[in-house]
Amino acid sequence: MTIEIENVTLADADAVEERAANWLQRRQFWNWSEGDQADLDRWLAESPVHLVTFLRLEAAWTRTERLVALGTERVEAVHRNPFRSIFIRAAAGIAVIAALGIGSSLFLRPQDRTYSTPIGGRETVNFADGSRIELNTDTIVRTRMTTEQRIVWLEKGDAYFRVKHDGAHPFMVIVGNRRVTDLGTEFLVSRHVKNFEVAVTKGRVWLEAFDKQMPSQSALLLPGDVAVATAESVSVTKKSTQSLANALAWRHGVLVFDHTTLAGAAAAFNRYNREKLEIGDPTIANLTIDGSFQANNLQLFARVVRTAFGLHIKTYGDRTIISR
Amino acid sequence: MAETRGTDCPDAHLHGAGAVMSMADVNAWFIREVLPLEPILMSYLRHHWPNKGDIEDLRQEIYARVHVAAQRKLPQPVKPFVFTVARNLLINRARQERVVPIEAVADLEALGIAIDAPAPDRTVIARDELRRLLDALDQLPPRCREAVILGRIEGLSGREIAARMNVGTATVSEHLENGMRLLANLLYGVSPDTGESK
Repeated sequence: MTIEIENVTLADADAVEERAANWLQRRQFWNWSEGDQADLDRWLAESPVHLVTFLRLEAAWTRTERLVALGTERVEAVHRNPFRSIFIRAAAGIAVIAALGIGSSLFLRPQDRTYSTPIGGRETVNFADGSRIELNTDTIVRTRMTTEQRIVWLEKGDAYFRVKHDGAHPFMVIVGNRRVTDLGTEFLVSRHVKNFEVAVTKGRVWLEAFDKQMPSQSALLLPGDVAVATAESVSVTKKSTQSLANALAWRHGVLVFDHTTLAGAAAAFNRYNREKLEIGDPTIANLTIDGSFQANNLQLFARVVRTAFGLHIKTYGDRTIISR
Repeated sequence: MAETRGTDCPDAHLHGAGAVMSMADVNAWFIREVLPLEPILMSYLRHHWPNKGDIEDLRQEIYARVHVAAQRKLPQPVKPFVFTVARNLLINRARQERVVPIEAVADLEALGIAIDAPAPDRTVIARDELRRLLDALDQLPPRCREAVILGRIEGLSGREIAARMNVGTATVSEHLENGMRLLANLLYGVSPDTGESK
């Protein structure tokens, strides 16, 4: 490879980085309008140096998201403790509901917006009211955020909500014919082909049937409660805090496996990657795996499995096959 | 067909021929594949460029060029590509400024050590990430750290942080900006193994 000799004028990295940090903190912590976003987009498009500087700061900041699960108390405890080798697990009260989602979509209004992520994507949408939604891989939401209404339709995938509570303007998430109403909270809603789940990490949510024809099935969910709803019924049980924390690890770009079968792990990776992992031999499908992995690094996972179990991996284009 | 793919395999192809990369794909690739090389890139630049004041400027220019190249086609394997871009930039700068003998940077062999140094092991990253984040947080100046904790972990808005810390909003912005910049240096510029500082 050759690069032609040219006169190079370097941008002042310090000044650019200062500017990039200013954009990033404004977007994160202060009022952020569509005009601001347009200004930022313009600045990013001005120069690749602007873009890479912003990406670097944003990527580092995104990584710190992982500290949120620890909470200030634990972070400070670790800060004070000179022997900080003890790993502190994320622990937040979490409740999960599963229910059948049937049909969706009311009428589309001009103020509605749709946000989506591709396979392997992860996006955060910040709203003017201070609420925000984190979208996992392959997810679609439609939002209607006006002065009167705060409604989000989850069409597909997983979305994690951090809601700025406002008793006068409840924040509602609609999945199929069911509605989740925030009562001061953070929660996950996942919609898959045949069901959906709600996991509450903080506060409380109210789950109810959305259309009036359905028999009344509503439930107040507190941290630790697990409600499973079908078209006919809602039942509430408990699920371990850790397994629910694992289910939310995608917020940090991580998949956590705890006695997960190889087949289950492959299915999980395939949700996050265009390249696909296949199990070439049914006798290995039930080997179990523990550990955390970067969701977007399917090849690394394949190599770890190869080493751990003495298996073989072969890659053909976008398919990687694991076999004995 | 290769048994494994990735940066450890020179003839590897991460994407099928003709795959169209969106800007978001290139950005994700840049964050995943290029930023983790920062510790060895910085040590290379420090080694081969006499003016320490230029190092960050050079790093950003290298990143920009790598990103621009990736928008056309993702370079594979990544690490030699990044270091070739670095070397060419240094050569051009050296010719322009006549500050260093070109020979000092011209020879790609001289990069041998840097290129052969293992890339950060991503399993280790996944497992030790939390530890690393806590270490980085601890290295922030106290007031800056406080603002970052209130904003990041407590989820307070800028105004709420200002009220809690009893300072003006401009001061909060300044703390957060510094925090974001320091965290980027601590999380990307420093090798996780050696803790070598910038």
